[in-house]
Amino acid sequence: MSESGIERNTIAPNSSPILSVPEAVVVRFAGDSGDGMQLTGSQFTLSTALTGNDLATFPDFPAEIRAPQGTLFGVSAFQINFGSIEVTTAGDAPDVLVAMNPAALKTNVQALKPGGLIIADAGEFSRRNLDKAKYTTNPLEDGSLAKWTLLAFDISALTLEAVKSFSLGNKEALRCKNMWTLGLALWMFERDRQPLIDWLNGKFQKNPLLAHANIAALNAGHAYGETAEIGGQVRKLNLDPAPSAPGLYRTVNGAEAVSLGLVAGAQLAGLKMFFGGYPITPASAILHHLANLKEYGVTTFQAEDEIAAICSAIGASYAGQLGVTSSSGPGIALKGEAMGLAVMTELPLVIVNSQRGGPSTGLPTKTEQSDLYQAVYGRNGDAPLPVIAARSPTDAFACAIEACRIATRFMTPVILLTDGYIANAAEPWRIPDPADFEPFPVDFLTEANGEDDRVLPYKRDGQGVRPWITPGTAGLMHRIGGIEKAPDTGDLDYSPAVHQLQTDARKAKIDGVAHAIPAQDIDLGQEGGRLAVVGWGSTYGPIHQAVRRARAAGLDVSHIHVRHIWPLPANLGALLKGYEAVLVPEMNTGQFKTLLRDQYLVEAQSLTKISGQPFAIAEIEAAIASVFDGKRDDTGGTDVTADATQPSSIEAIHP
Amino acid sequence: MNDMSPRPRSIKDWESDQEVRWCPGCGDYAILKAVQRTMVDLGSDPATTVFVSGIGCSSRFPYYMASYGFHTIHGRAPAIATGIKLANPELDIWLVTGDGDGMSIGGNHTMHLLRRNLNCQIMLFNNEIYGLTKGQYSPTSRVGTPSPSTPLGSVDQPALPCAFALGSGARFIARGFDVSKELPAVLEAAHAHQGAAFVEIFQNCIVYNKDRFEDFAVAKGAEARQLWLRQGKPMLFDKGTRGIALDMAKLALKVVEVYDGDWQAAGVLVHDVANRSVAHMLVEMPFGAFPMALGVIYDDPRPTYETQTLTQDEAARAGKSPDLARLLAGRRTWTPPRTKERPADL
Repeated sequence: MSESGIERNTIAPNSSPILSVPEAVVVRFAGDSGDGMQLTGSQFTLSTALTGNDLATFPDFPAEIRAPQGTLFGVSAFQINFGSIEVTTAGDAPDVLVAMNPAALKTNVQALKPGGLIIADAGEFSRRNLDKAKYTTNPLEDGSLAKWTLLAFDISALTLEAVKSFSLGNKEALRCKNMWTLGLALWMFERDRQPLIDWLNGKFQKNPLLAHANIAALNAGHAYGETAEIGGQVRKLNLDPAPSAPGLYRTVNGAEAVSLGLVAGAQLAGLKMFFGGYPITPASAILHHLANLKEYGVTTFQAEDEIAAICSAIGASYAGQLGVTSSSGPGIALKGEAMGLAVMTELPLVIVNSQRGGPSTGLPTKTEQSDLYQAVYGRNGDAPLPVIAARSPTDAFACAIEACRIATRFMTPVILLTDGYIANAAEPWRIPDPADFEPFPVDFLTEANGEDDRVLPYKRDGQGVRPWITPGTAGLMHRIGGIEKAPDTGDLDYSPAVHQLQTDARKAKIDGVAHAIPAQDIDLGQEGGRLAVVGWGSTYGPIHQAVRRARAAGLDVSHIHVRHIWPLPANLGALLKGYEAVLVPEMNTGQFKTLLRDQYLVEAQSLTKISGQPFAIAEIEAAIASVFDGKRDDTGGTDVTADATQPSSIEAIHP
Repeated sequence: MNDMSPRPRSIKDWESDQEVRWCPGCGDYAILKAVQRTMVDLGSDPATTVFVSGIGCSSRFPYYMASYGFHTIHGRAPAIATGIKLANPELDIWLVTGDGDGMSIGGNHTMHLLRRNLNCQIMLFNNEIYGLTKGQYSPTSRVGTPSPSTPLGSVDQPALPCAFALGSGARFIARGFDVSKELPAVLEAAHAHQGAAFVEIFQNCIVYNKDRFEDFAVAKGAEARQLWLRQGKPMLFDKGTRGIALDMAKLALKVVEVYDGDWQAAGVLVHDVANRSVAHMLVEMPFGAFPMALGVIYDDPRPTYETQTLTQDEAARAGKSPDLARLLAGRRTWTPPRTKERPADL
C-alpha cells in the first residue's frame, strides 16, 4: 500500500490475479441502503442469466427503509454466485466485493476470499464517513486490506463527470453511481450492455433525461474498464454458459414462484382464488404479486390485521373459493386460532409462511427456519394439518401447487413454509408447461347425501374427507362451527365419545395424507450407508454442494431433502434407519432433528445456525468431515453450531 | 342462485332442527323470533341466507336458523363475513355478535367492516355483560357494575356501540330491544339498506344482568321513555307532549314541552335519517334526562365494498385472458445458449 495515500488506481502489492480458472464467481455489491444495491444486483443477475450462466442470489438488506446514511446498520448488500456449472447457493465467500462506502467495506470485507478483489468508491471515504463506519484510519491507505486486491477510485467524481452534460442536481447525479458501477461490472464479465440500456429506457420512460444520464453512467463505467489504467491489472472474465436442459427460461424469486404456483394450483382445482393478507416482511411480496393477477380469477384483500386476513380466507373457502393467506412468523402466530377453526370445520385453506428470524419481531429481513414447531404443533388442541417446505425459489412453485392439491383433496388447511432467503433470492427457472400438471378438479356437493334427503356435512369418504358444500346451494342448508360436532350431521355434540371419535378422525385423515404424497427420494448418494445429511427448506443448496464435494472426495454420504414435513413420507423412517448416522443441518436450534427423533427414534444430530444468514457450503462440509473423523459423537449426543468461531449451543450453556 | 325452492311462509320454516340452548327467559329467544319473523316478511331464501357469528351467547344464533350458518371464533365474524361476501356477493349475510364479541375482542374487525361498508346486517346484542363466561363486566357495562372480575364495581367508562359505529363510518345505525314489537321493522330497514347496517339490540340477560334495560324497555310508561324515530316525522315522545329540539346556544339537543300538539312552535326537530350530525347527538343522548332513541337513527347509503372491489377487479380483467402459460413465461425469457453467442430470442 502506498504510503503517500490513494492514487487514482491502487493495487495492493503482491496481489495475485483473482479468480484463477473459475467455474463460478461470487460477486457482492454492498452500499448504503439508499445506493440502489438491490437494483444493481438484480440487473446484474438478469445480465448473468442472459449469458446462460447458472446462478443464485442472496439479497441481504437492513430492516430500516432508509437507515441513516453511511452507518454500519444501513448497509444493503446483494450477492450473486454464477458460473459454468450448476449453482445452487449464493456462494460462501465472495471473489469480488464492490463497496460503495466505508460502512459497506467494514461489514462485508471479512467475508471476502483471500486475494479477492475489492472495488471501493474512494470518493466516499471521507473522515465523516470513516467515523460513521467506526474506522479510526482509512483502510484504503493503512495497509489493513493487504490480503486482498484493492481497486479504489473516486466513483462519485467519475459519475458526476459522466453525467455532467445532463445538468442534474448533485443528489440526482450521484444516484447514477450504481449504474456506473454496474457498467464496470459488465465490462469485467464481458456482458452486453444493450439489455440494461433497454431496461433503463423503459424504466425512465416518463423522464428520458434520467434514462440518458443513467445510460451515460453505465457506459462511462464500462469505458473506464476498457482503459489501460486498470485493464492490465484486472482480468476480464467470460464464464461459459452452464449446461442446462433445453427450454425457455426466466429468472424467478420465491415470492413470485409461490404466487404463480398458487394461481396454477387454483386453476388446476378449477377454483377462483381469494387471498387475504396483511403487510409483513418478507411475505408482503406475495400480496403485491397476486394483486396484479386479477384476470386469473384472483381476489386480493388487504385485511385490518393478520387474524382478519386468515379469517377472510376461511370465509372465502366456506363460500367455495380457494382461500389463501400468507405471513411471516409473528403473523402466523396471530393466525393460530383461526387455523384451528379451519381444522375443526374442515375447510381447505393454504397458509404460506415466509419464515424470518425470531422470536417476536426478531430479524425481519433475515432468514431462518425456526417456525417448524409452530407449523407442525403450534395450535391449541389436537389440530393436525399438512406442512410442506420449499427448498428453493423455483421449487416453491411446485410446492404451492402441492399445497393447493392437498388442501382441496383433504378439506384441510395446509401450511407452506418458505423463508426470507427463498422469498428474495432469484434463480433461473425453466418455465414449466401448465399441461404437465395433473388437474385436481373440486366436486362440490349439490344434492343431499343422507337418507330421506338429509344433509350430512360431516359424512366422511374413504379417506376420511367430508364434502364441500357452499352456501347458496338449494336444499343443503346446514350449520358449521368451531365447537365439537357429531359425526355426519355436524350437530353440536361435545360428549366424551364424540370428541374422542372426531379427534381420531381428524388425525387419521391427516395421517392418511402420507399415502397421497410421493415416497421420499434420495437427492444424492444411495440407500443406506455411513451418513445421511437430511435437510428441509432452503438449506438444500449448501447441503447439496457439500455432499457432492464430500462424495467426490470418496466419503460415503447421501443427501436426503424432505419436502413433506407433516405428515412425513411413509418410507422416511425405514430409509433413515439404513444409515449409521444422520446429520440434520437447519437454521434453528434443531427442530426437524427433534421431530425425526420423535417419529422414528433415529439418532439424528443437529448442525445448527441461527445467525440470520444461510449456511455456507464449507460449514456443512466441515460437519460431514467431522463425522468421518470421529470428532463428532454420532451417537446423537452432541449437537454443534455451524460457525466454528462460536461454541456449540450445548457447550455454551454447560461449559 | 337457485330460485326453484318455494320461500318459507311461516316462522316455523325458519326454525332449524336444533334444540335452543339459551337460559329460560333469555332475551335471545325474543330476538330469534323477531329475526325469523323478519325473514318471513322479507321473503328471504334460506339457501342464499347466511348467519355468521363469533363467540358468546348471542353467537349460538346461527344454529337455530334453518339457513346456512357459520359459528366462527371470538370476535372474528366480520372478517369471515368479508371473505364470504367477496367470494359470493349474492349471499345475504347477517352477522350476529354481542357487546363482548363485537365491541371488545372483535372491535377492530367491527370498525373495519363498517368503514369498508360491506353489504350485510350486523346485529349486536347488547346485554352489558359477559354471559357465557359467567358474568364478568363488558365494554358496555355501566360504571360501578359489580361482577366476578370487578367485585368492587367497574371503574371504566362504557363504550356506546352506536357512537362507535358512527365513528367508524357506518352509513346505517338503528336501535331496538329484544321484546320490542318494532324489532322486525327495524331489521327490515337494515336489510333494505345497501351497505353495512348496524343494529344495536338491547337484550336482557336474566341470569347475570337482569332487567338492566327495564327503565326504558318495560311496556308500562314506555311512551315517556322511548323516542321512536321515523323518517320525516317530528321527534315526539310521551304521547306527543314532549319533543327533541336543538339548543342553538349550546349546539346540543334538549327536551322541550309541546303544547296543544304544536310541535313546530316548540321547535321540535324533524327526523332526517341522512343527517349525520344529528345522528351523533341522538346516539349520545344520556338516558334519564332524555328518552332512549330507538328505530332507524341514520341511513345514508354509499357504494358497498364488494361492489367497488369486484367492479375494479372486473375492469382489471377486461380484455385479458387467464392464460397460465403466458403468466408463467413472464416478461423476459431466454433459451440457454450452446455457445458464447448471445441468445437470439432476446
